Amino acid sequence: MSAQTVFAPWTDPNEKPLIRFQGVTKRFGDFTAVDSIDLDIYAREFFALLGPSGCGKTTLMRMLAGFETPTEGTIWLDGQDVAPIPPNKRSTNMMFQSYALFPHLSVRENIAFGLKREGKSKDEIHARVEEMLRLVQLQKFAARKPHQISGGQRQRVALARSLAKAPKLLLLDEPLGALDKKLREETQFELMDIQEKTGTTFVIVTHDQEEAMTVASRVAVMDAGQLKQVATPPQIYENPNSVYVADFIGEVTILEGTARKDGEVYALDWAEGQPPILIRSALDLPDGSRGYVAVRPEKVEIHHEKPEDDNVLRGKIIDIGYLGNLSTYHVELANGQIIRAQNFNTERSTRQTFTWEDEVWVNFTTACGVLLES
Amino acid sequence: MRRFALIIVPYLWLVALFLVPFIIVLKISLSDYAVSIPPYTPLLDFSAGWEGLKRFFSQLDFDNFLFLTTDDLYWKAYLSSLKIAVVATFLTLLVGFPIAYGMAKAEESWRPMLLMLVILPFWTSFLIRVYSWMGILSQDGYLNQLLLAVGLISEPLRILNTNTAVYIGIVYTYLPFMVLPIYATLEKLDGSLLEAAEDLGCSRTSAFWLVTIPLSIPGIVAGCFLVFIPTIGEFVIPSLLGGSETLMIGKVLWDEFFSNRDWPLASAVAVILLLILVIPIVLFQRNEQKQREAEG
Ligand SMILES: Nc1ncnc2c1ncn2[C@@H]1O[C@H](COP(=O)(O)OP(=O)(O)OP(=O)(O)O)[C@@H](O)[C@H]1O
Ligand SMILES: [Mg+2]
Repeated sequence: MSAQTVFAPWTDPNEKPLIRFQGVTKRFGDFTAVDSIDLDIYAREFFALLGPSGCGKTTLMRMLAGFETPTEGTIWLDGQDVAPIPPNKRSTNMMFQSYALFPHLSVRENIAFGLKREGKSKDEIHARVEEMLRLVQLQKFAARKPHQISGGQRQRVALARSLAKAPKLLLLDEPLGALDKKLREETQFELMDIQEKTGTTFVIVTHDQEEAMTVASRVAVMDAGQLKQVATPPQIYENPNSVYVADFIGEVTILEGTARKDGEVYALDWAEGQPPILIRSALDLPDGSRGYVAVRPEKVEIHHEKPEDDNVLRGKIIDIGYLGNLSTYHVELANGQIIRAQNFNTERSTRQTFTWEDEVWVNFTTACGVLLES
Repeated sequence: MRRFALIIVPYLWLVALFLVPFIIVLKISLSDYAVSIPPYTPLLDFSAGWEGLKRFFSQLDFDNFLFLTTDDLYWKAYLSSLKIAVVATFLTLLVGFPIAYGMAKAEESWRPMLLMLVILPFWTSFLIRVYSWMGILSQDGYLNQLLLAVGLISEPLRILNTNTAVYIGIVYTYLPFMVLPIYATLEKLDGSLLEAAEDLGCSRTSAFWLVTIPLSIPGIVAGCFLVFIPTIGEFVIPSLLGGSETLMIGKVLWDEFFSNRDWPLASAVAVILLLILVIPIVLFQRNEQKQREAEG
């Protein structure tokens, strides 16, 4: 039983994906918005699309919903080529980035819109709408028109409307962007709850990487129409496959140099007159090739005295970010580069152990950095 | 002070162009027919002073309005105008909506050109355009020639001088007034709303009825009023294209003024017509205001 609680259908070669993108490309004129994407998304997944503005996230969603047809490639939904299926016949619902609420209908009628099309009974519809209103805490506003409520409330109406039909696949295009932090966190957990209860598959677009990390079973990082990496949140965070992904997700320091194999580890010559950085990696790099080491600030220790360890670097504190529970130190290294180190403030003291202009030692172990190719 | 000046301008406009002429017409409608120039009494004579003014007012009466109720020609003409205006407005809507819809759906770069084409007929004289319809619709006109040549009919249709010709003329003339406001609302319509409707299970057709139509109602209402209001009092089209069966109040008004030279009675007809029109005009204003509020 305990083995089954780990939800990872993507590791099982026998598992059939719910959605399969096969070489999907979408061009608008001569502009390529989505560039030959291959991607499998499995039933019951909470799949997050992450990437900078204009990288093609919405376009990808719209192809799933049926509003755009791929220029090349095929999209399979439940083993069926979706190309000939019109949007109203697909078992997907989409929450639009612009909300697309019907301005002539009240909040309640907006939420009931899809249910009425299914020909459900009045009582059923009413019960479902009330349930949705409760979920997004909008009971009080049910009779208002969309232009009579706030931006965040509108977003919740859009969310409720897309959830109402309990579709097999739910596409959420930045569903929580306009909500304040507290409501956003509540709604995130609410979404995860709904997902667990209903078994709906979610594909969610977000700009907020913390949100992606919190809710997603897997995260896809996109850039300029291409998938850079698709992996679970911990994998994405700890084992990014490129400088782009490492840089995009979370805080990171990237040190550049020439790599050479040195026994079990790689040695990266990153600055003249400095000892090389030693790093464990499964990569196979030829000696002398360009390499990058990405290291997260919480994995970098900071000391007054030189520690006896690998990768000990000398530097000077030039900036301190105090966040209450922890502090981030920006340490300038010999070659002028800044490395970030984080320390938990475990002792209750207003007196800082480290301060500006301090000459310090920073270090990280050979397993704590990630070696990346250019 | 500047605000006052800004507000006063439209009011002065209204007083000069509407209120003053209306009061003059109202005054004439309360006078009596006379064989003189101008053809009515009493005339306002300021030189007689206060006494003259009193005499003047004592001679005004509602006889002309009472007369309108005694002859059934008048209320029949009002009713018939109303009927023709309603039917013609509806026909204009039927023709105008698809045009506006097509324009709003057209490629963005095409729209200014299409808009231009809708407005283009205004560049030629209205009278000439109605005359040319006479040439098209008459017994040996182009339409009959065409239909005969194609073999659809074996003898020419009588269209000119019937109500059909009047409807054709009105729809043709007022079409831009219907197309433009509807086009304006349809063009503003957010395309993602239709996508949302489809996403929630609507077919294209039901999305049209459930989303496009309700959201274009302000434009439809505005267009209908813009056609309906001038059509009721229309004179040129019924007199040029209509026949003996065509009874419209505008024509009655013309006859009273110019054939019978009964200015007081004609003025009474005009005053009643105006009162009838006040209702749709007020409704029209309400619609405009509601729309502004919904957008604002
Ligand atoms: N209908 C269209 N015609 C032309 N270009 C388009 C069209 N739709 C999208 N694009 C372009 O495709 C690219 C991807 O757009 P998309 O909306 O998918 O971005 P996105 O990742 O959702 O961005 P954001 O995070 O800002 O919402 C953009 O550069 C956009 O300008
Ligand atoms: Mg987007």
